[in-house]
Amino acid sequence: MPQLSQADLKRVSEIIAAHSSLDGPAVPILHALQEEFGYVPEETLSLLASALNLSRAEIHGTVTFYHDFRSKPAGKHVLKLCRAEACQAMNGPQIAEALLTQLGITWGETTPDGALTVEGVFCLGLCACAPSGLYDGEPIGRLNAELLEAVVQEVRGA
Amino acid sequence: MTRVFISRDAASLSLGAGRMASMIATEALARGLPLEVVPTGSRGLFWLEPLVEVETPEGRIAYGPIRPSDVVGLFDADFLSGSAHPLRLGRLEDQAYLSRQTRLTFARCGIIDPLSIEDYRAHGGYAGLGYALSLEPQAVVDEVKLSGLRGRGGAGFPTGIKWDTVLHAEADQKYIVCNADEGDSGTFADRMLMEGDPFCLIEGMTIAGLAVGATRGFIYIRSEYPHAYRAMSEAIRIAEKAGYLGSSIMGSNRAFTLETRLGAGAYICGEETSLLESLEGRRGMVRAKPPLPALEGLFGRPTVVNNVLSLATVPWILAKGARAYADFGMGRSRGTLPIQLAGNVKRGGLIEIAFGATLREIVEDYGGGTATGRPLKAVQVGGPLGAYFPASMLDIPLDYEALAAEKGLLGHGGIVVFDDNVDLSRQARFAFEFCAAESCGKCTPCRVGAVRGVEVMDRIMAGIEPEKNFEVLDDLCTLMTDASLCAMGGLTPVPVRSALTHFPEDFVKPPRIQAAAE
Repeated sequence: MPQLSQADLKRVSEIIAAHSSLDGPAVPILHALQEEFGYVPEETLSLLASALNLSRAEIHGTVTFYHDFRSKPAGKHVLKLCRAEACQAMNGPQIAEALLTQLGITWGETTPDGALTVEGVFCLGLCACAPSGLYDGEPIGRLNAELLEAVVQEVRGA
Repeated sequence: MTRVFISRDAASLSLGAGRMASMIATEALARGLPLEVVPTGSRGLFWLEPLVEVETPEGRIAYGPIRPSDVVGLFDADFLSGSAHPLRLGRLEDQAYLSRQTRLTFARCGIIDPLSIEDYRAHGGYAGLGYALSLEPQAVVDEVKLSGLRGRGGAGFPTGIKWDTVLHAEADQKYIVCNADEGDSGTFADRMLMEGDPFCLIEGMTIAGLAVGATRGFIYIRSEYPHAYRAMSEAIRIAEKAGYLGSSIMGSNRAFTLETRLGAGAYICGEETSLLESLEGRRGMVRAKPPLPALEGLFGRPTVVNNVLSLATVPWILAKGARAYADFGMGRSRGTLPIQLAGNVKRGGLIEIAFGATLREIVEDYGGGTATGRPLKAVQVGGPLGAYFPASMLDIPLDYEALAAEKGLLGHGGIVVFDDNVDLSRQARFAFEFCAAESCGKCTPCRVGAVRGVEVMDRIMAGIEPEKNFEVLDDLCTLMTDASLCAMGGLTPVPVRSALTHFPEDFVKPPRIQAAAE
């Protein structure tokens, strides 16, 4: 696990300070931390707890409750694939399984070269264009093996 | 200057609308044709997307679905004048899919530039707020009551009654919270509205604030909707600048401010008390009710928690009249319902019509049957907690009570179509699997029951002691229904039982020769 530098810790304090005037700042701060570091580093939790006057256990409880927050960095690219019913109705699971098998990983894992993380999500609201995914934040509808192969090629070329 | 309209709704982008827009702009530039590309939301006719509409004296002429290789040909055919081309669709309003709809909540979606407050006003925006400002708070609440509007999030609770409770609660601070945690698979109406007509939601929330005496509002948007989050946040900034939010709304000296908040990937946060916990910065654990959020909600203060569509319908009701709204619909389901048709269907999209149409009209007339062309086997109505119905039951009308009578629910109005490749025992197993993944864990029937449900389904699907396991399944469903704290555990048995009732043949599996699962 990468250690945070002094500069990183300063950045953490700035992020906390920037959100401290919000009501209920915990989740916005966690999002901002993940945006900054690509995950929510363990070391930031005690800083956050003391800034918000909460116990470390409470912050730990919050950060681990939500699927979005990662405890370790993701790959260079992130592909989210919908696993919910509308995409199931359009062969989504079979297409996703084929991709995972090809990459040799399972849901939530990163390829050994660190290039791509594949995460499952329950619904992206693109259900009339199923199956669907989100590649580095860009929506992809009517997913098929060909479109996913294009993603893999792009990842490998990057 | 020719104006063309291209949706930047996330679903349109997912089909290549962004690339198409830049190709059209580039090609126009290369040909020296003056062109303005106006971004819009989506009209919700997704099988025709990506599409482009061109402004002509005859109205907006649409072309679609467009592949990148079609762009040059469209210019060669002079599509900017609305000329003939194999992809020419004519006016979208003349498409039967749209002409048969009654778009009230979605009147502007796909037509206006979502982030132009001038465009919003030019299409009737802020007329409702203007009228609300001339009324006493109680009169605004009474209008909403009279309209018969019921919560579009799924529970169907009368919106006006909720508002009345908050209006009469005494507190130093009250809140309006918009539940934009649209997590049900097969639903996307909230997302489309937030991306396509964000000021409509802002106006609805402002009216709610005036009606109940709340000066602050939050919109809790799921993180799976980054485009909606950006559109709403930007629209709030614009509305503040234009004096429609802030310390003196439209110069009235009455205050209302709004903030967007991003969820973090938790289906349960669509449950209102869990959402409030999350807004306060904690785990999204469901609260026991009472106290009702209307009395002790966000930060312990009286809070209106309404779905996006409920709030976005309020401006129409105030502008056009409660009676006009109540004239639509059937029985106790008044007004219109934005139905979302999805999954394995030829013509998926948004269908806003009065309550009371049958599932068959939606799936066959609008939807055109399955996308694969195979026989339709099942439709799931109302999201992951909704019932699976067979093709033989498509004559059920879509209203809250009619669906409840068939042991189903309307939920947020999503309909997912499956062809004959679906195995309903797998779908029943998935219902438990989903509940196990997304349960907040506060109550045992949901937390443990979901896991036990997956196990018992695995045994049934492996053909292990079917009779005993069906008995366990039934017992488990009864327990979860009766003893769960909220709808997540309480309604998970709905898809399970409907699958078992209507598709029993899918649950009869040959015994596998293998070691016992235990």
